[in-house]
Amino acid sequence: MTTNRAISDLGGLPAGPIDTHEHEATLVERRIDAMMMLLRAKPRAFWVTDENRRTIESLTPEFYEGSAYYERWVTAMRALLIEKGVLDEAEIEAKLAEVRARYAAGGAA
Amino acid sequence: MSTHTHDHDHDHDHTTFQPDIKDPSQEWEFLEIALRELLIEKQILSAREIADEMEAWERKSPEAGARVVARAWCDDGFRQRLLADANSAVAELGVEIESVELIAVENTADLHHMVVCTLCSCYPRGLLGVPPLWYKSFEYRSRAVREPRAVLAEFGTELADSVEVRVLDSTADCRHLVIPARPAGTEGLSEDALAALVGRDSLIGTALARAPHGEA
Repeated sequence: MTTNRAISDLGGLPAGPIDTHEHEATLVERRIDAMMMLLRAKPRAFWVTDENRRTIESLTPEFYEGSAYYERWVTAMRALLIEKGVLDEAEIEAKLAEVRARYAAGGAA
Repeated sequence: MSTHTHDHDHDHDHTTFQPDIKDPSQEWEFLEIALRELLIEKQILSAREIADEMEAWERKSPEAGARVVARAWCDDGFRQRLLADANSAVAELGVEIESVELIAVENTADLHHMVVCTLCSCYPRGLLGVPPLWYKSFEYRSRAVREPRAVLAEFGTELADSVEVRVLDSTADCRHLVIPARPAGTEGLSEDALAALVGRDSLIGTALARAPHGEA
């Protein structure tokens, strides 16, 4: 039944109970959302909503199913920033290494 | 809490953000920090803009949708315009829904609509604010179209068997607004008082509009 389904095509599949609790977005989640809106909106308009979806839908099934909602968003943002030539892989990796080291040393954002 | 150490010599503005309550520990949280710092350093985004955008998010709330519903309950001409062309009708109340089609549907004693986005998380933020986490969950997306009554029951919404249930699937190009049925005993209430009965979930269709104060 599930063969040939796109990873995002969930409608009608069996699933467990819905967690109806409210969730207060974290600062990191709100920043991801804000950046996504700004990068997509005029005047920058680096990509459109459909490219966003295409990027998220191209994630591996393991990642798609095992990740948090904004984890998928920020992963898509990274891919699109590289694809559109806004940032490059090397500078992202270098910055990531710096950020990881800062936190390992007990630094703050 | 730890303090920020300036071990770099650029003068970009990242002092706008206080440390979060909990320190980020996951790789994707580090990725957010890295992308944001790079975008600010390269002057593609500014910290000010990001902060403003975060404020804009906080200002969006289901009160906008509730005002639309209360107006539709009180003004039949508006109700008809809303059902015919929702984008134009909500613009009358100052809500701009741009670049996507908005469709309003009406719940009655015999017909109940609920909205899902099975493929992702499409949602009319301009009217409903930020979507709840459950709306984006795999469980809601999977089950809403197959067993809507069971899903509604999990939200505490029990409908008589005689009520027809229709589930509307949103897309990147089309969003839905549910106009909940007007509760009994609300004759003569002001538009503001009516709007106060319209919660977010009733605009998605997972709940009904609240009964007026003092009613069961």
